[in-house]
Amino acid sequence: MKRSYNTLILLTSVMLASLFTSSCKPGKVGASIDADAAQKVYVAPGKYDELYAFLSGGFSGQIAAYGLPSGRLLKVIPVFSQNPENGYGYTEETKPMLNTSHGFVPWDDSHHPELSKTNGEDDGRWIFINGNNTPRIARIDLATFKTAEILELPNIGGNHASPFCTENTEYVVGNTRFSQPLDYTKNDVPIDSYKENFKGAVSFVKVDKDKGTMNLAFQLIVPPFNYDLAHAGKGPSHDWIFFTCYNTEQAHTLLEVNASQRDKDYVMAVNWKKAEELIKAGKGTKIAAKYAHNVYNESTHMATSTMEKETQILDVTQFPGLVYYIPCPKSPHGVDVTPDGEYIVASGKLAAVIPVFSFKKMLDAIDKKQFEGKISGNLPVLKYEAVLHGEVKKPGLGPLHTEFDGKGFAYTTMFVSSEVVKWKIENLEIIDRIPSFYSPGHLCIPGGDSKKPYGKYLLSLNKITKDRYLPTGPELAQACQLIDISGNKMKLLLDFPTIGEPHYAQAIPAEKILKNQVKFFKLEDNKNPYVTRMEKDAKVVRTGSRVDVYMTAIRSHLAPDNIEGIKLGDDVYVHVTNLEQDWDVPHGFAIKGANNAELLIMPGETMTLKWNPERVGIVPFYCTDFCSALHQEMQGYFRVSTADSKVPLKFSIGNNPVTQ
Amino acid sequence: MKLSSRIMIIIGAMLMISAYFIPLWHILLDAPQYPEGLEMKISLNGLSGNIEQINGLNHYIGMKFIKADDFSEFKILPYIFGLIILTGFITVFINSRKLLRIWFISLCLFAMLGFADFYMWEYNYGHNLNPHAAIKVEGMNYQPPLVGYKQLLNFTAGSLPDTGGILVGLSGLLVAVSLFSEFRLSPHKLK
Repeated sequence: MKRSYNTLILLTSVMLASLFTSSCKPGKVGASIDADAAQKVYVAPGKYDELYAFLSGGFSGQIAAYGLPSGRLLKVIPVFSQNPENGYGYTEETKPMLNTSHGFVPWDDSHHPELSKTNGEDDGRWIFINGNNTPRIARIDLATFKTAEILELPNIGGNHASPFCTENTEYVVGNTRFSQPLDYTKNDVPIDSYKENFKGAVSFVKVDKDKGTMNLAFQLIVPPFNYDLAHAGKGPSHDWIFFTCYNTEQAHTLLEVNASQRDKDYVMAVNWKKAEELIKAGKGTKIAAKYAHNVYNESTHMATSTMEKETQILDVTQFPGLVYYIPCPKSPHGVDVTPDGEYIVASGKLAAVIPVFSFKKMLDAIDKKQFEGKISGNLPVLKYEAVLHGEVKKPGLGPLHTEFDGKGFAYTTMFVSSEVVKWKIENLEIIDRIPSFYSPGHLCIPGGDSKKPYGKYLLSLNKITKDRYLPTGPELAQACQLIDISGNKMKLLLDFPTIGEPHYAQAIPAEKILKNQVKFFKLEDNKNPYVTRMEKDAKVVRTGSRVDVYMTAIRSHLAPDNIEGIKLGDDVYVHVTNLEQDWDVPHGFAIKGANNAELLIMPGETMTLKWNPERVGIVPFYCTDFCSALHQEMQGYFRVSTADSKVPLKFSIGNNPVTQ
Repeated sequence: MKLSSRIMIIIGAMLMISAYFIPLWHILLDAPQYPEGLEMKISLNGLSGNIEQINGLNHYIGMKFIKADDFSEFKILPYIFGLIILTGFITVFINSRKLLRIWFISLCLFAMLGFADFYMWEYNYGHNLNPHAAIKVEGMNYQPPLVGYKQLLNFTAGSLPDTGGILVGLSGLLVAVSLFSEFRLSPHKLK
């Protein structure tokens, strides 16, 4: 009796339990957080991070440098956007940096940081980044973390497939997301004449191997597709560069639907070496163009903007062997080349597989003419199967970008299923997957697109943040996750907020950049025409309605500090030289009511603020950077008089017993 | 003189030549804001190191600007020291123990006068402060130590021989040893 009673209880419990579990929602897969995560990302006070990571600022137009593994923000480097914090794009010296053929464009949409490379490895000299909106490529000098050069690209719409570089930074490229008629052709055309009048233009920008200066060498005129991303070959594929293209339907309206019709779009393989030879042989056609070339000179601390007037093009349909198309499933986005240069991974963002192409097979297919069609009459489309190494099956949803760890594994972001997937290049088997929070776009493995990946870490650069951090109203911080990839299984280490938007990033061991760091600028090397090297040379000069103030800043005073005889209607140019010659002693300079920005002047540097006094009276100016114990004393006054006033120009500074 | 003494004297005199190329003394400054430290190097003929930074900081306390031109010592010292070195070589050349004794005494005198002079300068710079200085601390002077360390407000000031000074000190020691071996180990000749 007792036994059957027990059985009854047991049966009832089992029934209840099964009812309970079956009505439960399936649990979410949690990220496996490394048990030692805190220790692995902790960088003790006063210690340096192992790596620098450069995250693009996306629509902020900047680049932000972070330390890894701590995720600490080190610096926001102003590139395409004005930065009132340090006067970039506001000072007379830096305004020319943001000049374009459209005039002054003080913002952009910066997507892809690209470290300069030597022998296919990141060399830590410069980092390039594209301006997507007003097509531009910028070069940042990593010795000073300053934008050194910005080159505009003519004939293209959105410079998205940019600024990916070849193995030795021979070229950085730019290609159009929005095909459009070339600038100096008949371009007032109906939009529905797209197929006939619109073109793509692949820009090859030559980079000087010592100085880094950029020049638009040539553009290849290609069919009017949307060009998305690119990566150059390396090692055996050194001469080639690969671009993804979507909208091969050539739609010009409701692309969401109309550009998603075909089963396969293309990876466009370009033999850049051959294009270079053709240009050398004089086969290029010179055409009129208008694009700004802005260069910052470190010895004058000034930028100049030159408007270029021509470029040369090669129409790819005229030169067989220059481009080949590889069919790729469903609107490919990222195209990435393995460290050995042999495999090309393309991610169809709407595809169910990740195709991996073999460079060797591509050359074979070209040799054997294994074509399945032609584009624009004579551009060969290679047979998919002939070029395919294999497909990664069921990787997840929405594959976007792939990077490599140098140990034979590839890591691909899945935008729709919000995860990172690790797979083996050799047999295309999926090894592991880890959730991302949320919807990753690019990912970054230090050196992950180079010949020698550093590996160890992976950054998942996400498009959606939601609940990851303390909320800040509707507009949230941007999200990024650091994942440990040193083991077989990926492990989540750290979640850190970033400035908007961490579109793509590149990271590099700190020592490659540390060794070149500039601590301050030498005053004796300052070639700025308005430099004031000694306090006794400080002066104020009037030329008509232009007033030039030659001012010096040193702890803890500005010289001169009392200036009279300024009149309404004057253009006052205040040229401030920071006389300090020591590490980390910047001075700021601000004028009450100035309509532009303040200055942040590094030791040995000269910066100019233009000021138009708009009312009569006394106007204070002061140092904005807390430079010393007597920083609050670092101030002065302008006296502004009426336009017809007879107040003489006068400037002074009280007797300073020590610095005389 | 013995061969060993002569060799020691030659080595000593040659070591002294190094003073023309490397600094003799240095003053070191450490503060929380200067983890990398500041340094003023003193050579036979001038000053080097972070003089500008040190002057920049000194202006807060009203210390006089440190300029090599203000020290006439740097113009004469190279000659005086040259004469001393020459004396060393002559001592060996004419093999005179008497000259060795004179040489040693002049070396000691040189060192003593040098330190006295150094002390005077330190005293002057540390005490004669501009009354209009921004930072005035009651009863505070900023004289660095002659040798060793001393806390001056937020700075730890050190005053120590630099490589050149150590080499010259070493050569002084060699001279002393040679003198000692010449006279102590052969007492019968001491007349």
